[in-house]
Amino acid sequence: MNKIDKATALETNAADWQQNYDKMIGQDKVIKNRSGIEVQPLYWPQVDADGSYDEKLGFPGADPMTRGIYPTMHRGRTWSQRQLIGLGRPADFNERIKSILKSGASALSIIPCNSVYRGIDCDEVEPEILGTCGTILNTVEDMDISLKDIPIGELSIGLNDPNPFLMLAQMLIVAENRGIPWTKITGTSNQSDYISHFVANHMFYRLSLPGARRVQMDTITYLAEHVPNWNALSIVGQHMQQAGATPAQAMGLTLSTAIQYAHDCQARGMDPDKFLERFTFFFDISISFFEEVAKFRAGRRIWNNLVTERFGVTNPRAKRFKFHGQTSGLDLTRQQPLNNIARVTAQAMAGILGGLQSMHTDGYDEVLSTPSEDSAKIAISTQNILKHEAHLCDVVDPLGGSYYVESLTDAMEEEILKVIAQIDDQGGMYKAVESGFVQEMIGASALEYQDQIDNGEQIIVGVNAYQEEEDASARPVLKRPPQSHMEAQIERLKEVKAARDPAVLAKGLQDLRNAAQSEDVNVFEAELNAVRAGATQGEIIAVLREELGFGQPLVVA
Amino acid sequence: MTEVSNTPARVLVTKIGLDGHDRGSRIIAAYLRDAGMEVIYTNPWQKIDAVVTLAMEEDVDVIGISSLATDHLLVPKLMKALTAEGLSHIRVVVGGIVPDEDEADLLTAGVSEVFHPGAMREEIVSSVEKFAAEAASARPQD
Repeated sequence: MNKIDKATALETNAADWQQNYDKMIGQDKVIKNRSGIEVQPLYWPQVDADGSYDEKLGFPGADPMTRGIYPTMHRGRTWSQRQLIGLGRPADFNERIKSILKSGASALSIIPCNSVYRGIDCDEVEPEILGTCGTILNTVEDMDISLKDIPIGELSIGLNDPNPFLMLAQMLIVAENRGIPWTKITGTSNQSDYISHFVANHMFYRLSLPGARRVQMDTITYLAEHVPNWNALSIVGQHMQQAGATPAQAMGLTLSTAIQYAHDCQARGMDPDKFLERFTFFFDISISFFEEVAKFRAGRRIWNNLVTERFGVTNPRAKRFKFHGQTSGLDLTRQQPLNNIARVTAQAMAGILGGLQSMHTDGYDEVLSTPSEDSAKIAISTQNILKHEAHLCDVVDPLGGSYYVESLTDAMEEEILKVIAQIDDQGGMYKAVESGFVQEMIGASALEYQDQIDNGEQIIVGVNAYQEEEDASARPVLKRPPQSHMEAQIERLKEVKAARDPAVLAKGLQDLRNAAQSEDVNVFEAELNAVRAGATQGEIIAVLREELGFGQPLVVA
Repeated sequence: MTEVSNTPARVLVTKIGLDGHDRGSRIIAAYLRDAGMEVIYTNPWQKIDAVVTLAMEEDVDVIGISSLATDHLLVPKLMKALTAEGLSHIRVVVGGIVPDEDEADLLTAGVSEVFHPGAMREEIVSSVEKFAAEAASARPQD
């Protein structure tokens, strides 16, 4: 292209963007700042003499998506406020989620009790630790109570639902019982990425790697047909970064995981232009502000180019790098805990300016205990303040074009591509985690960062600098579910178990076993039938472990 | 100063209960190993009985329990089990997210020290060294 063509390309692309923007925004509002200056939805260069703007940035919603996946981004629709909530009994969760929805959350998420993550029912757990970190969800009744009065067909739902997707199975049966068609169900299985769990968060690692791979593929296949608006996959970079990966490594490893899953889908004969529409991502947002913004912008661009080059994607919806961000609990300090509100604010800003689609902000007390109700409300208010008072949503990609941010985005892209190349050399992500290659990479980075804090190179206010006498009264008072509640929950499970038809239950579990043994029967469909037959999550996972193998984490010395 | 033995301190670094977040336990294991101690490291989710057996078999001086998600509430049970097996000379330290109220309970149950987020490397290493030396001199002679 000569210079004139490039200039014309800028004009044409800008006009395209404007058209798409107008179509999507509906009634655009005039926004003026306090000085009376009108704020436009997007700013871009006057000229693009060498075509670098077109190649590297482009317009929001168009290749290469660096500036955002939609033409309107947060000016049109702000991110979903998706606060993670999980506590005690299903009824406790239900009460809390209603209050959170009232205070402005626009989507809901459920965290199950750690016993659920481990794949065991509450009657097998020492009661001291039951329900202290999440909600006990063993049966359809538990799920039904958790979602009482919640219009599950009208609200986007996030389930922290590790492979083999039993919370989803329970929720689909609740919907069925309420007469809600599955085609109306929207949301995401947020913790279904078994590779990331295998690498970095063993909490959820319940089946062997090959077993989890089989269940994942069966579930994706089943949902594509029956629950078309559900995102079965959220590919999780958060665990890797929390475990110690640098932001660039976390992004690279996540994209490599996505490549692996895309290959697995292709092996099932699925069409990338279709299945990639349902891929979503989940990232940590650390306090390294510009680095995080650049990480997200680079990740979007790499994904856009990568799915085009490697998978031949032409459908623009399948190129969208949709992601959820969670502010990093690792940056929070026990010392002077109210300072954490400022930390979460900076993290949230990085996520917003990085162009996320939904967000969870941490409670400031997360480093002291399971977050309290008050701190969870402050975390939501933080998002609302950034939106309405700080006006972070008025302009799409407001940092775009900054010399620093663009240079950093390029540099992060380079680092991320190096990681992807390393994983390619290992034969892909599945093999790279099986061998421990990824775990070693992450472990080394974790130690390096900890050294920087220990030797004072990285200052942490109140920890290795600016220390002060502690004011313990600033700490929130801890509330734990009363032991009697947990005992009642265990009793209830026993009653529910006793009230089942043993023949129906046995058939449900046997069919599940047969499905797992056979190559040709869909395991997720069999899980749904087992849930209908009254099987608990612990019973279903026990069968799958026997047939598909129980996962043990790989310990890297 | 406590008598310094020639054999390096033996420390079991582990996690009990339901949670699997192991960044902390891995870092601590590396710190202690770098400081010259013999570290026995396990997967998360150990049962209390298994921890006691391992501590006995490996003849450890110190057990470090990492807890990020309320699993520390099981530590008093571990203390009782150690005493029941005649292993009360073994010192137990806990690191991670432990609320103040719980810390008091753990210390009452016999835990030697609780390390919170932000604890520094030297602080942890020197405490564990000290406890190991104390445990070694308190160990019952066969």
